[in-house]
This record gives sequence, structure tokens and C-alpha cells, in this order.
Amino acid sequence: MSLNLKNELIRGFIKENAVFVLLLGMCPTLAVTGSAINGLGMGLASTAVLLGSNVVISLIKDLIPDKVRIPAFIVVIASFVTVIDLVMNAYTPDLHEQLGIFIPLIVVNCVILGRAEAFASKNKLTASIVDGLVMGLGFTFALTLLGSIREILGAGSIFGAKFVSADASTILLFILPPGAFIALGFLIAFVNKVTKKKA
Amino acid sequence: MEYVVIIIGAIFVNNIVLAQFLGICPFLGVSNKVSTAVGMSAAVLFVMSLATIVTYLIQTLILIPLHLAKFLQTVTFILVIASLVQMVELILKKVSQPLYQALGVYLPLITTNCAIMGVALLVFKKNFNLVESVVFAIATAIGFGLALIIFAGIRERLELYEIPEAMRGAPIALITAGLLSLAFMGFSGMV
Amino acid sequence: MPDKKKLPSTFFNMVMVLIIISLVSALALGFTYSVTKDAIAQVEVKRTLAALEQVLPEFNNNPNDEKYTLDDIKYKDLEIYPAKKDGQPVGTAIKTYSDKGFNERISLMVGFDIHNKINKISVLKHKETPGLGTKMAEPRFKDQFNGKNPTSFTLKVKKDGGDVDAISAATISSRAFCDATERAYQALLAGGKK
Repeated sequence: MSLNLKNELIRGFIKENAVFVLLLGMCPTLAVTGSAINGLGMGLASTAVLLGSNVVISLIKDLIPDKVRIPAFIVVIASFVTVIDLVMNAYTPDLHEQLGIFIPLIVVNCVILGRAEAFASKNKLTASIVDGLVMGLGFTFALTLLGSIREILGAGSIFGAKFVSADASTILLFILPPGAFIALGFLIAFVNKVTKKKA
Repeated sequence: MEYVVIIIGAIFVNNIVLAQFLGICPFLGVSNKVSTAVGMSAAVLFVMSLATIVTYLIQTLILIPLHLAKFLQTVTFILVIASLVQMVELILKKVSQPLYQALGVYLPLITTNCAIMGVALLVFKKNFNLVESVVFAIATAIGFGLALIIFAGIRERLELYEIPEAMRGAPIALITAGLLSLAFMGFSGMV
Repeated sequence: MPDKKKLPSTFFNMVMVLIIISLVSALALGFTYSVTKDAIAQVEVKRTLAALEQVLPEFNNNPNDEKYTLDDIKYKDLEIYPAKKDGQPVGTAIKTYSDKGFNERISLMVGFDIHNKINKISVLKHKETPGLGTKMAEPRFKDQFNGKNPTSFTLKVKKDGGDVDAISAATISSRAFCDATERAYQALLAGGKK
């Protein structure tokens, strides 16, 4: 199987984007995208786990009896999640504090288990690494985009830098739960419209 | 009195799906028909309550005393949940074939339902004791079911309308969920 | 892709593989924990010191080294930090909490001066609603406690008969804040002063 990097990137970011197309990993997508930096942080943390688990699962895929593959994948994924949790707690404490329980919840992010089952357990190491990277970065892209939109509309800032005056009214709704649903809904509709045109 | 606050909080004010964003995947996936929504809610109620009790006990009686909690909590909890879901699958297969068929692939997906893992973790962040945790889990599952069934009812109706192509499926579902979430926000004056 | 090379699913294989994976995982995690736990502890210490600087009157001891807890089970999760200047006590900071918040436990650092008046309060941890409950960490809300004596300034929101101006549309968060501060004050009276 020849690896065309450009095609892979398009796949991860657009054609098979985990959030916009596959509709996976919705929980963190809605919960932590109140700000661009949180979206980015969560995306990168999830990508790290995805990469780690794809690598390990791809390496040991022939040693896992088929009937116990799901529990085996789960242990691998949960381990990487814990590693990321500890590392973030030690070295990026503010982000760790912001993301809260959604860091351990990366373990139930369907993107990761999904890729392990659909790809890493059936493909060689290099392909699995690329897959992990593009799907993870595509996920990160979606989260950062949604986070930016919500932050701009809801708090008048981007990555923490406020561009409206301190007393200006912002559409607080966008940082609250209803805003998350609505913003993502319109974003996916927009992506649908744009990709339909291309096809 | 405290229990009433926990229950009302979990079902309405801080609804697990509409306010805390846990359980979205099944929420969007299993909500096109009210009957499947009811079945899924029942399964979630069972797994969530049982999982919370088991993980609570393991954390309190084993992991914390042995100082393993800080790094073995995630792995242990998810394995407990995965096993419980397997059990539920086997039981359902024997007890109610039609429901088993109806839930289809969504049954094993309860494992990745962040609401279950989320509740198991939350009871420790909220410093609940065992009884409070169980009350919270059951109330949360009821809140999940409520949101799911209302949503399914709305979606069944939406099927009958003309929706612009780009909005079909996930977008309109999400926007509807947003409006439902907005409605539930009105409950925050209750507690 | 044929799985001719995959290990067959015999009972022995399945159990062995799961046991081995679990063991390797537990070891790897234990190792990661041991490597990161010092850095994690440091993060806590830094946060505490920053809060102490903010809430206490001028001091030059290290309250963190002299911290203690009370025996009374009511106050078991509180930490008491005595502050001194040139050996003389100048105040006490108490790390307190409340579980009455909207989501998870909120954690405050309340600084008292030697007359048992509140000096300043700093919010350590909270998970309140953005734009609403999060305002408890802003000066507009929390500065109203500065310099107040809890015997004359009742630590409850006005709605509940106290003197505290609650955050509009965030009564729960305001109540939780009062609950935590009251708890700290009670601990101070119960023996929080050496």
C-alpha cells in the first residue's frame, strides 16, 4: 500500500474528519471547546494517545487472540491516557485543570478505539503511525476551529487575547452548553455544504 | 433533603447530556425512535448504577488504600465497565432477543458511553459517599433517559419535515439538542 | 488480510495475553507515576504559595512548612497555614472547600489577620458555570469579603439572611463560596491559631 501523504492529510482533515464526517468523539468536542486553547490542548492530548495506541497495537497485533482484542485494546488505550494525564498534570498544570475529567475520558473517545479496531490492528507500523497522526490532527483541527468560534463569539477573545473592551457584551450563550450544540451543528452543516459542492 | 438536591440536580439542572456533555454519541445515534431510546435508557440505567457501585468500592477499598489510585484508576474503571457491558449483552441475549436485536451495535457501544465512565469518576470529584453515589448514578441515568426520549420524540416528528440538505442528519439533530439544552437551563433556578 | 499469523483464541492464550498486557501496563504506569509525582507535587506547592502570597498580610516565614490540620473530623480536609513576620504571628491562611457548588468541589484559600478578620480570599479550584459562577473568582464578588469580621458580617447570601451580595443568576456558586469561607472561619476559631 503506497502512502500518499497529501491524500492522507486530506482524509484526516476533511474527507474522513473524525468530528465533522464520522461524528465520533462528540463528548470532548462539545465539552472542552469553550476556548480555542482548550480545544487545541484536548486535540493534541487525544492525538498523543491515538498515536501511542496505534503504534503499540500495530506492533502486537499478531499476538492478540481475536476474542480478547477489545479488552486488550482498552488496556493499551487506557494506559496511554493515564500517561498523558500524569504528564499533563506535571508539566501543563493549567491546561490539565481546565480539561478536568475529560482527560481520563479520552479513554472512551470512540475515535481511538475505532482506529485501533478498524486500522491499527490490521495494518503495519508505518501506516498505523500515519493514520494516527492524520486522524488525530484532523480531530485537533476540528476542536480548535470550534473552540475558536465559540471563544470569539462568547468571550470576545482568541487564545486568551481579548479583542473587545472589558465591558463589551459577548454572546455568552456560545460558551454555555446550548451554544456548543448549536455552533457545532452549524459548523457541520457548513462543512456538508462545502464538501457537497466539491463532489 | 440533600438527596432531593442531588436527584433534581442530576435529572434537570445539570442534566448529564444537555449540560455536562456526557453520553452524546448514543444520544445522537440511538434517538431516532422512541422505542429504541427507551430500551437504551434502561440498559444505561442498569450499567451505570452497577458500574458506579463496583468502581466506587474498588477505588475506596483497594486502589486508595494501596496508593494505586493515582495511576490505576482509569484502566481499572474502564475494564470494570467493559466487563459489565459484556454481562448485560449476554443477559439481554437470553432474556429479550427483540431488544437485543433492536439495540444492535449500540449495546457494546455503551462501554464507550462517556456518561458511564464520567459518573464513575465524578462521584469522587464531588466527594459523595456510597449511598450518595448510587443515588446520583440512578438519577443521572434517569436524566439521560429523559433527554434521550424527549429528543427521540422530537426527531420522529422532524422526519416529516423538509430540511435543507446540508442540515440533514447531524446538524439539525445538534441544533435541536441545543434548543433542548437551552430549555433545560431554565431549571437552574430550581435548586 | 488473512490472520494466519494471529495467535489462536484458546482459553490459555486469551488469559495469558490479558494477564501479560495488564502486568506490562501496570508496571509502565507505576513507572510513569514515580517519574512524574514530584513534578505534580511541585505544581501543588507553587499554587499554594501563590495563593498564600495573595491572601495573607505581609509575612516572611514559610507557612507551607508550618502547615497543620485539625483533629476534629469536621475540619479534616482543611489545611492551616500560620504566617509570621520576624517570628511574630501576623495572620493565618486556611485552605477550605465546599461541596455545595454546581459541579465539583470548590477550593478556596482564605487569609485572616491576627484579629480574626478576613484579609483576602483566593479561589484555588472550581468548576462553576462559565460567565456566571466563575465570577466568584473576580474582584467584584470576592473583594466584598476583604477586611470583614465574620461576627458582624454574616457569611451567607442576602437571600438567606446574611450580608453577602450574591452573583446575579449564580446563587448556588455564591452560597458555596460562603459555605467554604464560613467553614474556614469556624476552623480558625476551633484552634486554627497557634
